Amino acid sequence: MQDLAQQVVSGLATGSIYASMALALVLIYRSMGVINFAQGEMAMVTTFIAWQLTQIGVPIWIAFALTLAAAFAGAVALEWIVIRPVERAAPLTVVIVTLGLFITFNGIAGWVWGYVVKPFPTPFPLTPLNIAGIFINSQDLGIIAVSLAALGAISLLFQKTKLGLAMRAAALYPEESRALGIRVSRMLALGWGLAAVMGAICGVMVAPIVFLDPNMMQGILVYAFAAAVLGGIESPVGAVVGGLTLGVLVNLLGTYVTAIGTDLRLTVAFAIIVAVLVFRPSGLFGRAKLQRV
Amino acid sequence: MSGSNTRRLVALAFAVLVLAALPRFVPSFVIYQLTFVGAYAIAILGLILLTGMSGQISLGHGAFVAVGGYVAAMLVQSTGVGYVAAIPLAALVCGLFGLALGFVALRLEGIYLALATFALAVAVPPTFKHFKAWTGGVQGISLPPFAAPAALRGIISGDQWLYLITWCLVGGLLLVTSFALRGRLGRSLRALRDHPIAAVSFGVDPTFHKTLAFAWSAAYAGVAGTLLAFATAYVSPDAYGFALSLTLLAGAVLGGLDTLYGALAGGIVVEFLPFWAQKINPAAPSVVYGIALVLVMVFMPVGIAGAALRFRRRHAL
Repeated sequence: MQDLAQQVVSGLATGSIYASMALALVLIYRSMGVINFAQGEMAMVTTFIAWQLTQIGVPIWIAFALTLAAAFAGAVALEWIVIRPVERAAPLTVVIVTLGLFITFNGIAGWVWGYVVKPFPTPFPLTPLNIAGIFINSQDLGIIAVSLAALGAISLLFQKTKLGLAMRAAALYPEESRALGIRVSRMLALGWGLAAVMGAICGVMVAPIVFLDPNMMQGILVYAFAAAVLGGIESPVGAVVGGLTLGVLVNLLGTYVTAIGTDLRLTVAFAIIVAVLVFRPSGLFGRAKLQRV
Repeated sequence: MSGSNTRRLVALAFAVLVLAALPRFVPSFVIYQLTFVGAYAIAILGLILLTGMSGQISLGHGAFVAVGGYVAAMLVQSTGVGYVAAIPLAALVCGLFGLALGFVALRLEGIYLALATFALAVAVPPTFKHFKAWTGGVQGISLPPFAAPAALRGIISGDQWLYLITWCLVGGLLLVTSFALRGRLGRSLRALRDHPIAAVSFGVDPTFHKTLAFAWSAAYAGVAGTLLAFATAYVSPDAYGFALSLTLLAGAVLGGLDTLYGALAGGIVVEFLPFWAQKINPAAPSVVYGIALVLVMVFMPVGIAGAALRFRRRHAL
């Protein structure tokens, strides 16, 4: 019981990490109809920035806040410089551009910080918490709390503020929004900024677990894809539910099914992606796509 | 047109002569590098066929290269099949694997296919690590060095023999592909890529053509995987990570997705760009690739070979 509860909580913790990254992907998908393959590498670079800040003596939580600001500003600039020229191009073109960013960021991180795996300080206390007789890792609880708070803040922004309404309008009806005086390009850049903030949160939360190196986010990105696809790639709620489900599922399968172990977890994620896309492409929460012929 | 055909034949004959004579005149290390150029060109040719001609993006071609390499290594090591015979067998296995994935790919369009193939590419190395009994786990499989057949021993080295085989395959596959794409098949693939609904209305069978393109492309990747495995005499899971898939796609895009010559340009880029860039910094190739990909997509989407063809046409050379 103790063991199962612990595994479920740590599954929820990794699940909320996947959910943050999945939400970042969904944000970009909803606004541009493309998948940003560089999302994970952007998060990796921002995590390295956080690490660099802690190395020069900045307390971890302040480093975290500064990193989020840097992620936002960097992504807005990136959207402005690189994505805007291909904004109206075919989705395939944009995908290849984001892959170009993927390789570039990977290389830059390797160039600046090297490929040696580094430990990353955890912002949470190390003592486990005793909840109703069951000991739960504080780090897991902290990750869940931070991620859910971020997800909540994003959903409040989109549902309850005028800015969020403008962003949703710009994503769904760019021409009409422009006619109403919404700066559509600015909204897209803002979307990239928010997605990068979610990614940075994901990176800082996951780095103490998977450690820091330029390739740390590739596996996470696959899980985030699986989470986004499982929940329905257009649905923010789906991304969160998909992420949490996937986290618990993969953790339990990896722990209790010896045939899967640690090596085949990614294969499970791949199988989920393919199965969902083939049998229910709209995912759990998405709407089936209709096409006018 | 007969004048230009004659000129083409002369150019082709000249290229064959130069490639055949090269081992006599250049250092063996360069021959070794050119073998890699050829092997990458074959993989990229498959990618051009799939992504360029049939419009199905694959971020997971490294996975097919991996399967080709492993199948060939296992055949040579444990069944005693000869090196040369292992090439078509590995291609066949890869083709069947590609056919299976092609049926899945039918249901996936555009970025969804990109996503699924991305996951495939990332999932392949740990999967190979897992099945230790067949794949040797993390250590991989070592092969005896590639040797020339008994009749030719003493005349050419193993490396030179592999170089010749590789470039015969490059030439042969380029010819076969260009003939196959010139007629009805190529038109059907392009029609399905550019306007699927219209193509289907005109009686083009999407299932047949799209799965065929997938299997065909995977078979080429399998051939490339075999040649790469023989050239390095070694297969290991970490050589086939997502980086390989990304490198192949970068090669295809930089080389040119719209023309089969893009495969040659891409093969040269994929082999020599990292070789030179690595001298600056181990991470420099990634940075150069990435920036080049973005710049090419924004300013020159037809790639190097496409731009060269356009230049030639404009200046009527």
